[in-house]
Amino acid sequence: MARRSAPLLRRLVSSPAPVPAPSAPLPGHGGARRTVTYMPRPGDGNPRAVTLIPGDGIGPLVTGAVQQVMEVIHAPVYFETYEVRGDMPTVPPAVIESIRRNKVCLKGGLATPVGGGVSSLNMQLRKELDLYASLVNCSNFPGLPTRHQDVDIVVIRENTEGEYSGLEHEVVPGVVESLKVITKFCSERIAKYAFEYAYLNNRKKVTAVHKANIMKLADGLFLESCREVASKYPGIQYNEIIVDNCCMQLVAKPEQFDVMVTPNLYGNLVANTAAGIAGGTGVMPGGNVGQDHAVFEQGASAGNVGNENILEQKKANPVALLLSSAMMLRHLQFPSFADRLETAVKRVIAEGKYRTKDLGGTSTTQEVTDAVIANLD
Amino acid sequence: MARRSAPLLRRLVSSPAPATSAPLPGHGGARRTVTYMPRPGDGNPRAVTLIPGDGIGPLVTGAVQQVMEVMHAPVYFETYEVRGDMPTVPPAVIESIRRNKVCLKGGLATPVGGGVSSLNMQLRKELDLYASLVNCSNFPGLPTRHQDVDIVVIRENTEGEYSGLEHEVVPGVVESLKVITKFCSERIAKYAFEYAYLNNRKKVTAVHKANIMKLADGLFLESCREIASKYPGIQYNEIIVDNCCMQLVAKPEQFDVMVTPNLYGNLVANTAAGIAGGTGVMPGGNVGQDHAVFEQGASAGNVGNENILEQKKANPVALLLSSAMMLRHLQFPSFADRLETAVKRVIAEGKYRTKDLGGISTTQEVTDAVIANLD
Repeated sequence: MARRSAPLLRRLVSSPAPVPAPSAPLPGHGGARRTVTYMPRPGDGNPRAVTLIPGDGIGPLVTGAVQQVMEVIHAPVYFETYEVRGDMPTVPPAVIESIRRNKVCLKGGLATPVGGGVSSLNMQLRKELDLYASLVNCSNFPGLPTRHQDVDIVVIRENTEGEYSGLEHEVVPGVVESLKVITKFCSERIAKYAFEYAYLNNRKKVTAVHKANIMKLADGLFLESCREVASKYPGIQYNEIIVDNCCMQLVAKPEQFDVMVTPNLYGNLVANTAAGIAGGTGVMPGGNVGQDHAVFEQGASAGNVGNENILEQKKANPVALLLSSAMMLRHLQFPSFADRLETAVKRVIAEGKYRTKDLGGTSTTQEVTDAVIANLD
Repeated sequence: MARRSAPLLRRLVSSPAPATSAPLPGHGGARRTVTYMPRPGDGNPRAVTLIPGDGIGPLVTGAVQQVMEVMHAPVYFETYEVRGDMPTVPPAVIESIRRNKVCLKGGLATPVGGGVSSLNMQLRKELDLYASLVNCSNFPGLPTRHQDVDIVVIRENTEGEYSGLEHEVVPGVVESLKVITKFCSERIAKYAFEYAYLNNRKKVTAVHKANIMKLADGLFLESCREIASKYPGIQYNEIIVDNCCMQLVAKPEQFDVMVTPNLYGNLVANTAAGIAGGTGVMPGGNVGQDHAVFEQGASAGNVGNENILEQKKANPVALLLSSAMMLRHLQFPSFADRLETAVKRVIAEGKYRTKDLGGISTTQEVTDAVIANLD
């Protein structure tokens, strides 16, 4: 049929006729519509259970936002909510049980009390479930002005050992030792995850962040593992950078970084820096991934969780957790819903009318959530 | 840190600053910025059975293999020789597909006339690939008479008029059986609504001829209505197949997902493919509970065409897009994105088009253009 119309097509092609755009966006949409079709298997639409931990501080506020949006999209997930407060001694076993069963968890935020004796519940969760990789996705949002352009960094940080092992003891009164543990096993698997992530997401470069000139053995072991894994991925560039130089480069020329793989402490700092230059910790999504489980939460939440001011005025930024829940939807293999959610959130950011205080606006959490819901298609 | 810069941000926001997200140099259009969440171990290579087939089959599967090589996609192909005039599909091939769960097929020409049952149908019955999808939508840059076409035809693949049950009652009189079962109708309806739900489609249309074939197509419609009641968020309507064909060529933008029995589906899919740009560019696949076979969406009579074969002008676009669907099915979405973007860019530029799109390029030239456009 198309072959007989070849002369007609030739005429259409040669004469510069005003061909109307065949994929004109539907009225009411602020921008281009993503035209991607996914191939579901039969049974893929069955709803999945996800453990939800609102937490404390601003946690319940932002998880409430996520729940509202999930309702509206009719996403095939349903939440099992558990109460966990930052000052509990341990994470309740019922919660761990639930996460082991559901494999996926969404966490608002757990404020860790400052000072001795109480180990961080966040760390406990990560160790129990062996969530060894923490990802923070830092990139510029169109429409959100920042001092740095072309930022597109993913910080993959080892999550279970390093300086945050929690192994401290008081040698003699007034003298405390804190152990930093680096093992080949953990370094290898975080390097493997980083390179696999880069391979599967078409990233060109992986940078290892270290301080091996000083900590020759510990970070040296980390670097060795990274180099070993790098040799198996010839298509991906690999380089190393010392952490102090790295922080300086991040604020001077952030566009040189792509995927960064780091041990625990450096990763915390680098992730928060990268989040800050790309728009603030209120908008960066992230997650903690292990072999069998995954916990999604705000990417780099430096000190926001317990902030009283934000809590009282209900001005916490829900964007980070909304984007993290979009990553969760992708992890659960519901890519179409993730697309819609991300598109709506990015549109709200680009329009700039509804922004919470950390982005320079005056809206409340609920107003931003309503804007996202209004922009869903 | 960001809070202290609020005054600075306010100044930047109020003054109209230039756009900050310029596409990277060398890319013909906007770059998709989607990040996927892999599980550890997701990058392990997958085996896929490859059946080049005959006619133009080897030509287009060769194109797919080249592109997969360049992208370093984590798939490797196990190639099997199957020709359209074999009596049955060799058991080694079926064995391989059962093991790998996914197959990519070039094309098997079915000989006209008595005695030899179609190998395509055999394959679908053996593996119980009950849903056949054809994705028909306009490509930007490819002019057609119809705009705003975005139709997915989901067609029941195992029963209906194509059961192959025919017999000669008396010399000169032949009966052909059309079989419709509740089981098959229900599962194709379930698949169609689930597909619509998972792909954010708004409407499902059932195509039938129940005014004439009251019991057979009536059963099909009943199943569709039952399933429709479970998806209140998706519109459902029914249309008689002759009216449907007329509406397709008059106002195709009214259709979204169409679920049909076997014969109507074949015709509707080829019509929809034709109005959206031709059977040479539409991707498709056959999906079952456990297996999936991907091939050109609606290949009406192209496979055995001697002319195209001799001049090597077969259009590889359909099979390239089908292999992108295959990559999505295998949960390699980033590679599928890159492949689809490159193919759409080549179509939009319009420099390398095979004869069925009005151009003069060969299969190899189009393949090279796609490879050049990969990022």
